[in-house]
Amino acid sequence: MPAIEILGLEKTYSVGFWRKRPKRALYPLQLTVEDGEIFGFLGPNGAGKTTTLKLLMGLVFPTSGSARILGCDWTDPSVKAQIGFLPEQPYFYDYLTAHELLEYYGQLSGVPAKHRKQRVEQVLQQVGLRDVGGVQLRKFSKGMLQRVGIGQAILHDPKLVFFDEPMSGLDPMGRREVRDLMEQLKHEGKTVFFSTHILSDAEALCDRVAIIHKGELRGVGAVEDLTSSVQGKVEIIWQGPQIPTAIKALGAECHVSADRIRAVIDENQQDAVIEILRRERLRLIALTPVRTSLEAYFVEKLRRAETTAGTTA
Amino acid sequence: MKHRRKITIVASVCLIVFLAASSFVLHRTDQLRPQGTLDEVLFLNSPKVIQRASLGYDGLMACIYWTRAVQYFGNRHHDFAPSFNLLAPLLEITTHLDPHLIVAYEFGSSFLAPKPPHGAGQPERAIQLMEYGIQNNPDNWRLYYDLGFVYYMELKDYKDAAQAFERGSHVPNAHPFLKVFAAQMAQHAGEFQTARMLWTATYQTTQDEQIKQNAVDHLRALRVDEDVTHLQDAVTRFGERTGRLPTSMSELTAAEGLTGVPVDPDGHPYKLTPEGRIELRTPDDFPFATVGFPPGYKPKFHAMP
Amino acid sequence: MNTRIVYIASNTFREAVRDRVLYNLIAFALLLSGAAILVGQISIEIEKLVVINLGLTAVSLFGVVIAIFIGIGLVSKEIEKRTLYTVLSRPVRRWEFIIGKFCGLAGTLVVNAFFMAVGVFAALFYVSHKFVRADALILVALYFIVLEFLIVCSVALLFSSFSSPLLSAVFTFSLFVIGSFAEDLRNFAGMAHGVSRWLATGAAYLVPNFSAFNVITSIAHEQPVAAQLILQNTLYALFYAAMALSGAILIFEHRNLK
Repeated sequence: MPAIEILGLEKTYSVGFWRKRPKRALYPLQLTVEDGEIFGFLGPNGAGKTTTLKLLMGLVFPTSGSARILGCDWTDPSVKAQIGFLPEQPYFYDYLTAHELLEYYGQLSGVPAKHRKQRVEQVLQQVGLRDVGGVQLRKFSKGMLQRVGIGQAILHDPKLVFFDEPMSGLDPMGRREVRDLMEQLKHEGKTVFFSTHILSDAEALCDRVAIIHKGELRGVGAVEDLTSSVQGKVEIIWQGPQIPTAIKALGAECHVSADRIRAVIDENQQDAVIEILRRERLRLIALTPVRTSLEAYFVEKLRRAETTAGTTA
Repeated sequence: MKHRRKITIVASVCLIVFLAASSFVLHRTDQLRPQGTLDEVLFLNSPKVIQRASLGYDGLMACIYWTRAVQYFGNRHHDFAPSFNLLAPLLEITTHLDPHLIVAYEFGSSFLAPKPPHGAGQPERAIQLMEYGIQNNPDNWRLYYDLGFVYYMELKDYKDAAQAFERGSHVPNAHPFLKVFAAQMAQHAGEFQTARMLWTATYQTTQDEQIKQNAVDHLRALRVDEDVTHLQDAVTRFGERTGRLPTSMSELTAAEGLTGVPVDPDGHPYKLTPEGRIELRTPDDFPFATVGFPPGYKPKFHAMP
Repeated sequence: MNTRIVYIASNTFREAVRDRVLYNLIAFALLLSGAAILVGQISIEIEKLVVINLGLTAVSLFGVVIAIFIGIGLVSKEIEKRTLYTVLSRPVRRWEFIIGKFCGLAGTLVVNAFFMAVGVFAALFYVSHKFVRADALILVALYFIVLEFLIVCSVALLFSSFSSPLLSAVFTFSLFVIGSFAEDLRNFAGMAHGVSRWLATGAAYLVPNFSAFNVITSIAHEQPVAAQLILQNTLYALFYAAMALSGAILIFEHRNLK
C-alpha cells in the first residue's frame, strides 16, 4: 500500500478585489509515494511545494482532486495521529518552554499519559535540546526552533512524516544531524516526504524525487535513474606526476592537484586509457562513471519548461 | 470532504436553532420585566449622575431617555395604569441631558399635570419642568404657552396663566395667540370658548402624535360638554314653560325651534331620559367629558386594577 | 469528555496567565481599596452603595475589556503566527479547537471574576463591618456578569475566526455597546413602520441583549431578583453563546489557512 497517493489535487486562488483573476498555485497533481522511502519534493521557491503540503495537511482546501494517506481519505482526522508535520520556518507558542510544548502536542496527538513524559525526554535528547528543555521558546534561535519543530513532528512516533524545508536555518552540523535523523527514520521503517530547494541534500538522501515548477509536475523518478550517466563519460584518477602523451592525444581534460591527476574521458576510451597507464606503470587510483548531477537534471527540466511555456505563450 | 460537510450541516443547524431559542427566551424575559431598564430610574434618578455616566454622549442618551419616556407613558396609558411615577424623572433626565429638546417639555405639559389615568397627576413638577425649559430656551415662545397651559387647565390658576402667556408674547417671533390668550384670561377664564382656543392651539402647534390625539379628545369632550349643557338648559326652560318634562328629543328641539336631531361629535344622537336628563349614547368614547353621563356611570379606566 | 478540548482550554488559560492578564487584578484591587477607604472616611450613609456599584461595574468592565482583547486574537493570532499549522496537523478537529479556545477564555474570565468578587466582599466588609443576608444578591449580580462574559467571549471568538484583530475588536466592542441598549433598539423598532420595522426588529433580536443582565443598581438597593429571571438569563446566555460559536465553527471549518 503506498504511503501517499495524490489523485489530481489542484489549487487555484482567486486574487484581486473582485476575485476575478485566478492564480494557479497547483495544477492537478498525480503522485505516489511508496511505503518506507525517503521522497524528495523539489522545486524553486514558489513552485507549489508548500501548497501541496498544506493541501495534504488539510490546512487549505483543494479546488478539485483528492488524496489518500496511509490508505485512508486524507481528510480523515484519525489519519493525523499517524503523521507528523514540520512546516516551513515554524512558529510555536513562544510563552511555552520546549518541554511544555512537546507535552502539549503529545496530549493533542493522543500519546498516552504514562509514556508521554518519557517520550518527550527522548525526543528532546534526539534533537539535541535536552539542556534547554526548560527555556521559553521565545528565547530560542532559528536553528533551535527548527529542532523543536522536528521534535514535535516525530513525537508521537508517526508512520509518515512531512518536512517542509527541514534544513533551513541550520548550520552544517545541524544539517548533518537532520540528515542522519531522516536516515534513522527510514531505518525504522517510516516514510519521509520532504520538500526542499537544496539539491545536494536530496541527492544524498532520497530514494525518489519529484520536481515541481510553477505548480506543475516536471519529473518523477528514482535519483539513480534521473542522474544516470547519459553522457557516457568516465572519470579516471591516477598517481602522477606526469600525463602520458598518449592520453593527452585523446584530447582528455586533465586536472593536476598535488600528485594526482584527474581526467574525464569517454566511456569507450576507458579500456584504452587503462592500457596506457599500465604501460607507463602509473598507479590507477579511481575509475568512476560521471553522473549527471541532480542539479543539472533539475536545471535542464526547468529550462525546457520555460521554453515550452515561451512557445505556447 | 465528508467530515467537513457533516460539520457544516451540524453547525448550520445549530446556528439557526440556537438563534431561534435565544430569541424565544429573550421574548419571554421581556414579558417578565415589563418596565425593563426603567426600573433603574427608580433608584438612579439623579439627572446629574446620569449625565456624568453618559461620558459626553448627552445627545444620544437624551434621545434614548426620550424614547423610553414616550414608550413608558404610551404603554401604561394604554393599559389605564393608575400611576406614572417614572414619567417626571424620565422627562427631567431627558431635558437635563438635552435642554433644547422642546418636545419633551410639550409632552410634560400635556401629560405630567393631569390626574391618572390621563397623566401623572403632578402639576407642580410640570411647572418646574416648564420653568427649567424656559430658563434654557428663553426665546422659545412655545414653552411659555405650555407653562400657561398647565396653570390654566390643571391648577385653574388664571392669574399665573395670564402672566405666563404675557411673558411669552414678548418673545421675538411669538405666536400672536399668546397675546390673545393673555387677554382672554382676564375676561373669559373658565369658559368653553377659552378652553377650545387653548386645545386648538395645542393641536395645531405640536408635532407629537400623542399630544395631538390628546388635544383632539379634549376638543371632542368640550363639544359634548357644551352640547349637553345647552340641551340641559333647554330642558329646564321647557319645564318652566310647560310645567312638565319633554317626552322626546324631537318635542324638545321643536319647542326650541331647532331643526334636525342634535348629535354628538361621533354622529350619535343625544338621549333624553324620562327623568329629563341629557345623556350620551356612548359615554366611553368621551373620557374627558364632564357631563352627559348616566347616574352611577363608572368610566372604563376605573375598572382596571 | 473530549480530552483534546480540555487540553486546548487549559493551554489557552496558561497563555492568558503568562500574558500577564491577571495583573489587571492589581489595578482592580487598587481601584476598589482606594474607593473603599475614601468613602469610608466621608461616611455619607452610601458607602455600601458606592462599593457595590463601583465594584460590580469594575468587574463587568474589566472583564469585558479582557474578553475582547484576548478573544479577538484567539484565532486570528494563531493564523497570523502560523502556530495553527502544527496543531491542525494533529488529530484535532477544527471545531474542537474553537470550543477549546472558548472554554479557555471563559475559564480565565471566571477565575478573574472570582478573585475580583473576593475583593468586592473584602471592601464591603471594610465599610460595613458585617455581612447581611441581602449581600448574597451580589453573588447573583456576579453570576449575571459571568453570563455576560460568556456572550462577549463567544462574539469575540466569532469575529476572530474571520477578521483581523483590529476589526474584531471594533465589531465586538460595538456589539457590546449596542447590546447594552438592545431594549431601546427594540423600542425604536416597535415605533417604526414597514420594512424598517422588520429589519430593526431582526437586528434587535440578533444583537446580544445585556439589559436583563444588569441588576447592579437594583441589588445595590437590596431589591430581590426573581428566580425565573435567573433561569431565563442562564438559558439566553447559553443559547446565544452556542449560536455565536456555531457561527465561528462554520466559518473556521471553511477557512483556507494561507
